[in-house]
This record gives sequence, C-alpha cells and structure tokens, in this order.
Amino acid sequence: MREIYLDNSATTRPLDEVRAIVSRMMESDYGNPSSMHQKGVDAEAAVRAAKEQVARALGFELRMKPYDREILFTSCGTEADNLAIIGTAMAYKRSGMHLITTQVEHPAVLQTMEFLKELGFRVTYLPVDACGRVSVDDVRNALCEDTILVSIMAVNNEVGAKMPIAEIGAMLKKERPDVIFHVDAVQGFTKMDLLPKKMGIDLMSISGHKIHGPKGIAVLYVDDRVKLKPTLFGGGQQQGLRSGTENVPGIAGIGLAAKKLSETKREDIERLYELKEFFVNGLREIPGIRVHGIPTDNDNEPDIRATAPHIVSAGFSGLSKAEVLLHALEERGIYVSSGSACASNKPSVSATLKAMGIPKEYLEATLRFSFSVQTTKEDLTETLEALRALYPALSRFSRR
Amino acid sequence: MSKHFMFLIKYAEIAIKGKNRHLFEDALCKQIRHAIKNYGITGNVSKQPGRIYLETEDSEVYDDDRVCEALQHVFGITAFCPVKQIPVMEFDELTGEVIRYMEETYGKDCELTFKVFARRIKRTYPVDSQTMNATLGEKILDAFPGMSVDVKEPQIPLHVEVREKVINIYSLEIPGPGGMPVGSNGKSMLLLSGGIDSPVAGYMIAKRGVKIDAVYFHAPPYTSERAKQKVVDLACQVAKYAGPIPLYVVNFTDIQMYIYEQCPHEELTIIMRRYMMRIAQQIAENSGCLGLITGESIGQVASQTIASLSVTNEVCTMPVFRPLIGFDKQEIIEIANKIGTFETSILPYEDCCTIFVAKHPVTKPSAKVIRASERHLEEKIEEMVKTAIESAEMIWCK
Repeated sequence: MREIYLDNSATTRPLDEVRAIVSRMMESDYGNPSSMHQKGVDAEAAVRAAKEQVARALGFELRMKPYDREILFTSCGTEADNLAIIGTAMAYKRSGMHLITTQVEHPAVLQTMEFLKELGFRVTYLPVDACGRVSVDDVRNALCEDTILVSIMAVNNEVGAKMPIAEIGAMLKKERPDVIFHVDAVQGFTKMDLLPKKMGIDLMSISGHKIHGPKGIAVLYVDDRVKLKPTLFGGGQQQGLRSGTENVPGIAGIGLAAKKLSETKREDIERLYELKEFFVNGLREIPGIRVHGIPTDNDNEPDIRATAPHIVSAGFSGLSKAEVLLHALEERGIYVSSGSACASNKPSVSATLKAMGIPKEYLEATLRFSFSVQTTKEDLTETLEALRALYPALSRFSRR
Repeated sequence: MSKHFMFLIKYAEIAIKGKNRHLFEDALCKQIRHAIKNYGITGNVSKQPGRIYLETEDSEVYDDDRVCEALQHVFGITAFCPVKQIPVMEFDELTGEVIRYMEETYGKDCELTFKVFARRIKRTYPVDSQTMNATLGEKILDAFPGMSVDVKEPQIPLHVEVREKVINIYSLEIPGPGGMPVGSNGKSMLLLSGGIDSPVAGYMIAKRGVKIDAVYFHAPPYTSERAKQKVVDLACQVAKYAGPIPLYVVNFTDIQMYIYEQCPHEELTIIMRRYMMRIAQQIAENSGCLGLITGESIGQVASQTIASLSVTNEVCTMPVFRPLIGFDKQEIIEIANKIGTFETSILPYEDCCTIFVAKHPVTKPSAKVIRASERHLEEKIEEMVKTAIESAEMIWCK
C-alpha cells in the first residue's frame, strides 16, 4: 500500500542528505567539540559550519568573532521556548514582571508562562480572531510599563494561522524598543519569511524535525542585545547559555536541513500554496466539511495566502470523534492528525479551536492535514477520494 | 544484596488433595520452572515428600529480590523461605554457622524473640534434636544480648535441619500468592475489554488453578491500534500469573454496525454483549475451554444490572464465572493495583463498548423484547458471526 504522509506538522521525514550527514558524524566525526585534540577541533568545526548554515537561512551572516552566541542549539523546540521565556524573565525581572502571549500558543509556551505565573509574573493571554490571528493593536494595547517580553508564534500548529510577526516586530521596535520579542517559529520556519534582524525579532525558536532534519535538535536565535539567563547549568558550553555537550550529529543535521530548505524556499512556498488551494477547494465540495481559519480578502474571496501554506484544519459535522476518520484513513495508508499531535492523545478539546470560536459540533471532529516539500498533488487527490468514500459512511454511525 | 541459592517452597491446599496430590505438585513444579525462566533465573526445582525446593544457580544477573518476585507470581505457593545451606559438619562448627546466619540476617543488635526448631533427619548425626535446640538457644542468647526466647509466638522461628548430605538453616518466611497451581483446574475463556475489571477477573480465576485464554472485541476504525495494544499489554500482565495467554482478537465492527442499524438504540449494548458472549463461547468451545470469565459486578453499569446480566446470560450454555460479582469498584481497583494492571487499564483509549453507547440504555431489559429485536438481525447475522470467528487473530501474550 502506498503511504501518504500528511502529518508533517507533527514531524517530517528527514532528507536523505540529512540521514547521510548524521550517520557520518556518528561514524567518524564523533569528537567532543570541547576536546583539545584534533577530533574535538573537527567536531567544533562541524558545529560552526551548521551555525553558519542556520544563520544564512535566517538571512544574516555569522560574524567571525569566535564566541558569538546568536545561534544556540537546544534539544528540542520545547527547550528553546523554555530557555527564551524563562531566560528572559529571569534576566529582566528587575525591569518588570509582565509578559504577553496569545491564547493559541503551543503548550511549550503556555505551560512555561503558567510556571512563571507561580513565580509572581503577570501574564496576558491575547485572544485571536475567527481565523486564529492575533492583532497588532491588541498587542499594543496590552503593553504595560513593566512589560518585558512578548512571545508570539509565527504559525499556529493546529490550524495554520499566520501571525503578523513583521508588523508586531516593527511596532515594538518603534514604540517599545525595551521589550524583548520572542517568536516560536517551529511551524513557521521555511514556510514564510522570518528574518529576525529585519523584523525586530529578538529570540526565535526553530525545530529540526519539522524541517526534514533529525529529532532531538533545535535552535534558539538570540539577538546580541538580549541578556539571557541560562536554564541548564554545567560545563558552560555555548557561552554558558546552554551547558551540555553539543549534539554534534543533530547539529550537522539541522544545519544541512535549514540550508537545503531555505535554498528552495520561494518555489516550495509557492507550490505548497497551490496544493493547499487545490485541497481546500476539494474539501469544500464535500458536504458537511468546514475548513477552519481561512480569511476572506477585500473582494470576499477566500485568501489562502493569508494563512500558512502547509496546514489545513477541517471539521467534519456529524462525526462524534475525528479519531474514527483518522483510523479509517490510516487503513488506506493515509496518515493525518486529530487537532494537533501534541494534544491528540489526551481527550481534551483544542484550546485553539475554542479561542477561534469554532462551533461546538466541530471541536472534537477536526482533523489536521499538514504538507511538506515531499507532498504531491496525487497524494491530495487520493486523500480527497478517500474522504469522499469514508466520511459519509462514518458520519452515519455517530453517537445518537 | 543478600543471596540465597536454596528456597523452600510451602503449599497448603494441595497437600490435602488425596490421591491427586502428585498431579497438583507436578503442576506447581511446572509453574515454578516457568516463572523462574520468565524472570531469567536458572535453577532446579525438585520435589521431596511434603515440600518443594528451588535451587538457583549463582549469577550476576539476579538476587533474592528477583527470585522472590518470580515466586510471588506462582499460584499454589502459600509461602517460601530463603535457605542457607551448608554441608554436614561437626556440631561446634554448626553452632558457629548458625550464629553467623543470625547476624547476617538480623544484625548484631537485634531485639527480637526466637525459638529454635532443630530436626535431625540424618539419624547418624551424633547430636539429637532436643540437645541441638537447647545448645543453639543458649549460644544465641550469649551472642546476642538483645534477643530472648519465646516458645509460643517467636518472632524468629529458626529452623535447623540436619539432612543426609546438607544442613538447612532458615527463618524468614515470605508469603506467596496462595491459590492453586495454574493448569490444575482446566481452562476458561476470559472476555478482556481493556477496562479495570476484566484483567482482575482473569487473575482471580487463574488463582484457582484455571488456565486462561482470552478474547478481545476490536472495532476498527472506531477503536485504535493503541486500544488493541493496551489489551495485549494487559493480557501480558495477567500472564505473569496465569502463564502464556492466547488472545483472540475478533473484528466486531460489522456486527456492531449491523446491530446499530437494525435494533433500537437503547438496546444496542445489551444485544452487543449477547453477541460477544455467543462469539466468545464458540471460540471457547473450539479451544477446549470449559467456561467463560467476565469482570461483571452487579449494578456497576446499565449492562450489569441483574436484569441485564440474566438477559446476557441467557445465550450462554457454558458456565460464566464472574469472580467480581459482589465487589465494589474500590476493591477491584485495589487488586488491579496489586497485580499491576491498573495503570494500563486507565489509559484513555475508547473500547467498542463505549463508542456507540446510548445516553439512556435499558437497565431492565426483558428477554422477550430483546429476542424480538434480535429477529431484525436474522438476515445476515449468522454469516457475520461466522466470519468474525474465522477471521479472529490470535496473539500469544506472555
């Protein structure tokens, strides 16, 4: 049976080149970057090369100073978010105790904020519109004198809403340059323009396995002006900001993946939008399906380009649980996700869908289809066919 | 890490089974061998009049704790004692060994009461048991100032047995799970759902020496692979006590859908359960089982009122064992915790009983009404049941 993998927002299949370089680093370049001998020097060079690749993908060149700390490697996107938020809060708490984020962030951000609340920080959770977007005005109005951090995701992982990151960055730089701006770009990186130095972004989290790199590796971009307190303590690696021996194979992997994906980014995004348009139109032809979070433009036409190119969230009316359709698709080799993968093994209702005001009947009956550069139009044609065949039969047997 | 190489295994009920006694003893030996193998222990199990010994080989891999854990999973064992075994030696030397044993086991400053139970099985040994009792008692009192003798209820019953070739010293008695050795009382089919109750029911029937087969009703895509894996995990956990369990996974989707379409919705659960019983009974007959086991408990849910139970029971010709019938949920949870199934049971995957359940299912069904509703299924149901049984997948859980 042919495999159709449409769960790329959960994780992606690593590129062949990535697999090769990870394997090579394990085979021969296994040194510790902190070692004095040649093995260590080689490993350090590999880390340095990966940093340069990531920096270039973020639109800047690493300066040649040996102790730069603009690209930090962490073990996962969650750790990058934790370090960004806790590290900032701890470093700036004398200037203020107020933090701003949205109601639809990933748990890696929301739970970290809850932790800081216990420590005495105040947190504002901004609402989103019916399409899952936060507004620049809401961010502006939430700013207090003692606000130290704004943390907003680039792309929502559940519905693919694209946040006005550049606008918020510009507003902050103009009106409140003292406030640190963190962007969780785990879903957004390589799917939209995210140039921290041009957009007023101070901190940005990126994850390896969402961009066809390995699992267990992520990046936190840290602007030079940001003072950050570490959250891991130990041997003082990475300028003391993230102790622990560097995951050299993973680092080489994420560097290469970032390079490869950013090289073809323009064309890829274009192609993904075409796929999304095709798929959304196909879904809309099936009665009972509601595609979430697609705004309309000035002519009242659906404006797919105002959303992320790779995520489609759709509700199926008459279905008591999306999981049933998920397993039925799985029987045909089609892999999708219910809500977001992070929350899907818990019987809780998606906070994002709730915040968007999605009608109740869809809350537990929503599937997420997420594409990647490896997705083809045939994949989507087959998926639409499968949905047309399975959905009516399954909705007939829902809980009465 | 203390280490013994000899364990004396005690059993109670088996000893009174008259001429069948050797059958029960053999079954117990077999189960002990099976259990130690499961726990990676190498050793020899031998039967001697009135007792069973487990002699383990020295190994880096396991210690007493591991052996104890293995033996605590073998039904039929009431208790077992780690034994210090030494070669036959002069009495003076033996006294020294006994003192050393007491010190190793209880420490120099221990303040407990004891009594010596000496036995001279080797008739040629120069010191008789009365003398051994008296002398050893005295020496122990001298060596441990905190200890005292209590002949009625000693905290430490110190056994010293002089056998033909060896001397056994033991005093600790660790409780076993009790019951009867699995395999000594035939075989039954457990209806395993993935909930808290059914694994406990299986455990309790296995405890009476019954070998367990199990059946699970899978309803893809309404129930997930994870739900199925959960049931396999539960069966494996029960198998630690009951021995390897063949689990029959029956695809129930079509039957469930057919009932859903043809019958009144509030009767769905009860009719579904009747078909589960019929299918389980058929598979049970095919595999040589003599009864069915369920985790039902009176009044727990709509399908477990006495009225519902009797309507479900109507389709069975085999005896249905319901060991939890008078248990409260909390009592069942306690056993589930003890046997290690609770944590798995509460994983949140839907099973086929909960998916289409009506808001108000019937609680006092009448057999007559249910039989009438089932007549709407006549056209296809026999064929569907046959297919479900024939296509059942069997998974060995051990």
